[in-house]
Amino acid sequence: MGTGGIAAGGAEVIAAFKKELKLAGIKANVEEHCSMHKVGCRGLCAKDVLVDVIVNNEKVTYQYIKPDMVPRIIKEHIIEKNPVQDWAVGEDYHFFHKKQFKVVLSDCGSIDPEDINAYIAVSGYDAARQVLTSLKPENVIEIIKSSGLRGRGGAGFPTGVKWEIAMRQNSKQKYLICNADEGDPGAFMDRSVIEGNPHAVIEGLIIGAYAIGSDKGYVYIRAEYPLAVERLKKALSDAKKNGFLGKGILGTKFNFDIKVKLGAGAFVCGEETALIASIEGQRGMPRAKPPFPVYNGLWGKPTVINNVETLANVPYIIRNGANWFASFGTEKSKGTKVFALTGKIKNSGLIEVPMGIPLREIIYDIGGGIESGKAFKAVQTGGPSGGCIPAELLDTPVDFESLAKVGSIVGSGGMVVLDETDCMVNIAKFFLEFTQAESCGKCVPCRIGTKRLLEILTRITKGAGKEGDIELLEKLSKDVKAASLCGLGQTAPNPVLSTIKYFRHEYEAHLQGKCPAAVCKELLTYYILEQFCKGCGACLRACPAGAITGEKKKPHFIDSEICIKCGACFDVCKFKAVVKE
Amino acid sequence: MKVTINGKTIEVPEGTTVLEAARMLNIPIPTLCHHPKLTPFGGCRMCIVEIKGAPRPLTSCTTPVSEGMEVITSSPELEDLRKTVLELILSDHPNDCMICEKAGDCTLQELAYFYGISPYNPPLLKGDKGGFLGERRVYGKRDGNPFIERDMEKCILCGRCVKVCDEVQGVEAIDFAYRGFKSKICPTFEKDLDCEFCGQCVAVCPTGALTGKMWALRGRQKDIKEVDTTCSYCGTGCNITLHVRRNEVIRVTSREDTWNEGWLCVKGRFGYSFINNPDRLKKPLIRIKDRSNCSSGSNGLNKVFKEVSWDEALDYTSQRLKEIKEKYGHDSIAGLSSARCTNEENYLFQKFMRAAVGTNNVDHCARL
Amino acid sequence: MTNSIREIEGMEVIFIIGSNTKETHPVIANRMLKAIRKGSKLIVADPRKIPLVKFSEIFLRLKPGTDVALVNGIAHVILKEGLDNKEFIKERTDGFDKWKKSLETFTPENASKITGVPKEDIIKAALLYGGSRKAGIFYTMGVTQHTHGTDNVNAIANLALLTGNIGREHTGINPLRGQNNVQGACDAGCLPNVYPGYQRVDMPMVKRKFEEAWNASLSDKEGLKSTEMMLSAAEGKLKALYIMGENPILTEPNVGHTREALKKLEFLLVQDIFLTETAALADVVLPATCFAEKTGTFINTERKVQLVRKAVDPPGDAKEDMWIISELSNRMGYAMKYSSSEDVFEELGSLWSALSGITYNRIRNNGIHWPCPTKDHPGTEYLYKAGFPRGRVSFTTVNYAPPAEPTDKDYPFVLTTGRNLFQYHGGSMTRRVAPIEAHAGEPYIEMNAEDAHRLGVKNGEPVKVKSRRGEIEIKVRITDRVSGGILFLPMHYREAAANVITTDALDPFAKTPEFKVCAVKIETF
Repeated sequence: MGTGGIAAGGAEVIAAFKKELKLAGIKANVEEHCSMHKVGCRGLCAKDVLVDVIVNNEKVTYQYIKPDMVPRIIKEHIIEKNPVQDWAVGEDYHFFHKKQFKVVLSDCGSIDPEDINAYIAVSGYDAARQVLTSLKPENVIEIIKSSGLRGRGGAGFPTGVKWEIAMRQNSKQKYLICNADEGDPGAFMDRSVIEGNPHAVIEGLIIGAYAIGSDKGYVYIRAEYPLAVERLKKALSDAKKNGFLGKGILGTKFNFDIKVKLGAGAFVCGEETALIASIEGQRGMPRAKPPFPVYNGLWGKPTVINNVETLANVPYIIRNGANWFASFGTEKSKGTKVFALTGKIKNSGLIEVPMGIPLREIIYDIGGGIESGKAFKAVQTGGPSGGCIPAELLDTPVDFESLAKVGSIVGSGGMVVLDETDCMVNIAKFFLEFTQAESCGKCVPCRIGTKRLLEILTRITKGAGKEGDIELLEKLSKDVKAASLCGLGQTAPNPVLSTIKYFRHEYEAHLQGKCPAAVCKELLTYYILEQFCKGCGACLRACPAGAITGEKKKPHFIDSEICIKCGACFDVCKFKAVVKE
Repeated sequence: MKVTINGKTIEVPEGTTVLEAARMLNIPIPTLCHHPKLTPFGGCRMCIVEIKGAPRPLTSCTTPVSEGMEVITSSPELEDLRKTVLELILSDHPNDCMICEKAGDCTLQELAYFYGISPYNPPLLKGDKGGFLGERRVYGKRDGNPFIERDMEKCILCGRCVKVCDEVQGVEAIDFAYRGFKSKICPTFEKDLDCEFCGQCVAVCPTGALTGKMWALRGRQKDIKEVDTTCSYCGTGCNITLHVRRNEVIRVTSREDTWNEGWLCVKGRFGYSFINNPDRLKKPLIRIKDRSNCSSGSNGLNKVFKEVSWDEALDYTSQRLKEIKEKYGHDSIAGLSSARCTNEENYLFQKFMRAAVGTNNVDHCARL
Repeated sequence: MTNSIREIEGMEVIFIIGSNTKETHPVIANRMLKAIRKGSKLIVADPRKIPLVKFSEIFLRLKPGTDVALVNGIAHVILKEGLDNKEFIKERTDGFDKWKKSLETFTPENASKITGVPKEDIIKAALLYGGSRKAGIFYTMGVTQHTHGTDNVNAIANLALLTGNIGREHTGINPLRGQNNVQGACDAGCLPNVYPGYQRVDMPMVKRKFEEAWNASLSDKEGLKSTEMMLSAAEGKLKALYIMGENPILTEPNVGHTREALKKLEFLLVQDIFLTETAALADVVLPATCFAEKTGTFINTERKVQLVRKAVDPPGDAKEDMWIISELSNRMGYAMKYSSSEDVFEELGSLWSALSGITYNRIRNNGIHWPCPTKDHPGTEYLYKAGFPRGRVSFTTVNYAPPAEPTDKDYPFVLTTGRNLFQYHGGSMTRRVAPIEAHAGEPYIEMNAEDAHRLGVKNGEPVKVKSRRGEIEIKVRITDRVSGGILFLPMHYREAAANVITTDALDPFAKTPEFKVCAVKIETF
């Protein structure tokens, strides 16, 4: 159960099971034959709360469970051994898992994240033991390098190479930082990994620290992730109690400690130099690179910063070997990648797929396609730094190079599906609003440039766009990308550029006063189709502005001068007589 | 380390930045946020250069030279980016140079002119509210402190003031606050500035955002005569420059190339107006009222003293001193000189006491 | 200073004792901060939590007037830890063994008892200072304005000799001069016992040299120090006083005495730019010029001769001091004829070799540190490179003695005085600068929160501060800068003049008044 599951009522469901089992008088059985485990998130957020009931080794998974449904499950399934088929998961639950391949998430959702022994029971910390007792740092780096693991934070820099540079730095003090400052709208991969299997991240940190020669690690994590922080802290203290952290780890001479540092929710602190500044107690503002942190990082010392998912991969690579990991994915992008699949998709949730899988399979096979049968328009990948990929490019394989080629990025793994009711100018504006508000203010192109981009987009969505605005957006986007200091500004115009690239006609339509997706309020007119209107008066009653007139049983009329375009009439009309354009 | 800039090669020590190397070669690179005495910032992006092998332009002020590096400091692409950056800055600037205290002494103004930023040049102006013209930051309240005028609408967030306050002065009175377009430099919780008022921030500000309240409306740079001299406060002896207009000192600055690196304290920078204080003594005075029943203070002065000519004052004084010397001996006279006066004056003073009066009763306030 | 300010950058250890450098010498403090940024370690010894404490490695918060015990305690630890510079001691000093014996009682425990500084900190400071061979000591009036100020200075000198931290680049003893040209006034001979260049008045050879140069017969009797002048005037022995640019009523200890003494004079001549408290008592007041109205030289605290240039004309009939002195001298029958200040400077240089090589032209851009004996000499940034002038230097045994006026039942607070950042000395300049007055124009006394609570006074409320000499009324500023039982009073404010209450006890050698410690009581309203 992660934050999402808890929000959906997971804790109440557990409480209900406890209470009802007791009431049902199977107390004795609880101890002898029946046990209850809470587990980490298994990804399918759309169907929360999920409950597995295992009777005689036969597992039935229920979906959308609420506390008031618990008595029936207990009565019919547990007592009468008769599963409640109405509530059991259907085909799409299995489809959801079929095309996935789980490495990082392999133990998420099946073990209790708050129990170190549960992790140890699935070979947890074996990799760390192997590394510390039988491998040299060079060997570890060799394994990671040949596995082809690349940073999962967005840029895709080869992890082994980064570690190797850090290892070669001649410095007494080096730092290893786990970047858990996940800030993209719609992204929850890192949070889920830490909530679901914090020990894998810790084990990755131990192995990384040993490889680069660091005795001090940090996990920089958002304060807005209280559950992840709580589980991480518990995991750290358990790891320390069990001798995986501290002095002389596992009887070797290796010392390593990890400190949790809470971020204050600034998106830019995901940028590594801003993150370092933040740990140092400064305002989270990036500085120019070079020098890169691996040469001159935290407190001026060589510092490696790895993303949560990158580190969580490490123990599995060590356990299963570099070749095993490299056997998934494409030539240049090895292994798997976790994505947060959201937007207008049936099975929204957390997925892990082999690199190189076509977008189409993610969206239609795993995601189950678009909600309520609408038409797919685009998928936005990589969050505010990424771009929108249109339907005609749905066969693009998902890997670092291919997505970059079509003007987007893998990024940290956000994937927002858009359908025909999404306005692409508005989507670009949405992301620009985010990046502008999150710009640290240090460099001119990002601070003022994104503001001007946003202003131009805003006036286009308001129907006040001018001739030449699209070209101006392109020119300014290009300049902001080229001249900005850090990744935030360098990628902030991507949503603008990719939407112009694939949906230029939507921009042009706006300039002519039309929003093709009927989203931009100022460009909409609501009117009633006389032939469909039954004169029921529902719209008239719903209209807060008094813009609708008409006699009963006769076609009604919307006065566009008074209409505030709230859409209430559109929503209440049962006869599809209200039209917006 | 060898670096080639615009085809010219130079050998520089490790740690030198590209900007420093270029300046050694007398290759100009425009800068706004850079200050040679402060750590590099890389915020204004004016100093971007192309470095062979780098995927994007890099700021020369932050990039250390590496062996064999090849740098281009000017190309149509670079100049175009610089111009965009300037246009963006000016799109959020009051552009009221006509009534700006800093006019004629403003780095932003110079660069805007140099790059030919013009309202008739797209994309800055594209009809009303077109182009880059958009929202401009507007800040109402001004700071109540008596020394430093903070006009944050003119602030380009170059960060020089923040850094000088931290790195040089160790005070950290101001820092960046907020994010995005609303980013702003201000004191803690946006209170009025309450600091050491050294004015280092005023000295390094490249625009009219930080100016001295004392020299507002006292004259533009071009009307000012500058005189280099030495500060008359503590024993540090900072090198200062007096700005003089119409026989009045209207501002004090310090040049960056002085031994004190251009840094001053509140007294040195702002404590000059005593020079023109109306209470200055302008005429020699001779006492006309008995001292025994006079109190201190300057009330009713004209009843106590009368203004006299120099001849009268000096004749009277020398006569009295001669009388006392004859009546009570040399050592009945003493002299106290001043640590405030010049060496020459002090030398003459003790020479006067020793040779003209004939006593060694001469001292000054070294112990106090 | 034996070092130059430039050399601060490059010191491994900076040991500040009795100097609130950040407020009294802000730009020197800037240089220290720069050094600290580059890795220098800072030790601060002060009764007050002064601004530089924020940047210090070790803060030794000693009780006022216990400097000797602290410094000797540090020396004790340095010796015990074997951090002394044996080679330096052997080659360049005398009296080490005797001095070493005198330190035996200054164990960290004893030093801690006297100073109130935790013994661990004394040891830490000793290891830091003693462990470095590039350490500089900085002090000001916090060390000298005591009845045992000379002892304090000697104790500090011992510490430098013990570690050999003197006579090289980046290491030395650095008293910071409080006023722009104290150094120059001393160098130019405004001292009762020496001619320009510290040449003693009681040495016949020296006297002859000056008699020849000046064409006058001179006295070989040592003159009165400023503090003694006031006593002599009070006794009626001193009949006339010529004061140039000073305001002793505010700056000499015990205002009441000074005023009475000056009133007893038969003739008081004051030459100044404002009608100061002292000038108001004068028989003749002569209007002079300030630094912006004349040309000449200042010598700063690092012995650097720098040019002062005339920027504006003086107001009204005010005249340059040089002109006034010369005119007066001429009328007294001793002719002084100089065509410019440069002539005077050359004459000074001809009488003191340390300045012989310096000309106005040479210092037009950058000053030169004396000694600079010849025209091609670059000046001397740090002293004693080639050894001490008298060959070897002696350790001076210094014993701890408490301040002259201890606290007691009736006067339970220790009052210490000093400067603040905004005002300057007697305030005749800064108090006439409107923004400075607006910001820091009100006198105050610093008091610890606990004391304030016990007395029932709130921040900004007025109290009466009384000593055995006098009393003032003043507002309380509650601050953790001072610890319990200690009060701090800035010296700048004539309406609450510190010197109304300070003691007139003097250091027996330097005749410096004990401004830093006296006993007072507080009365609330």
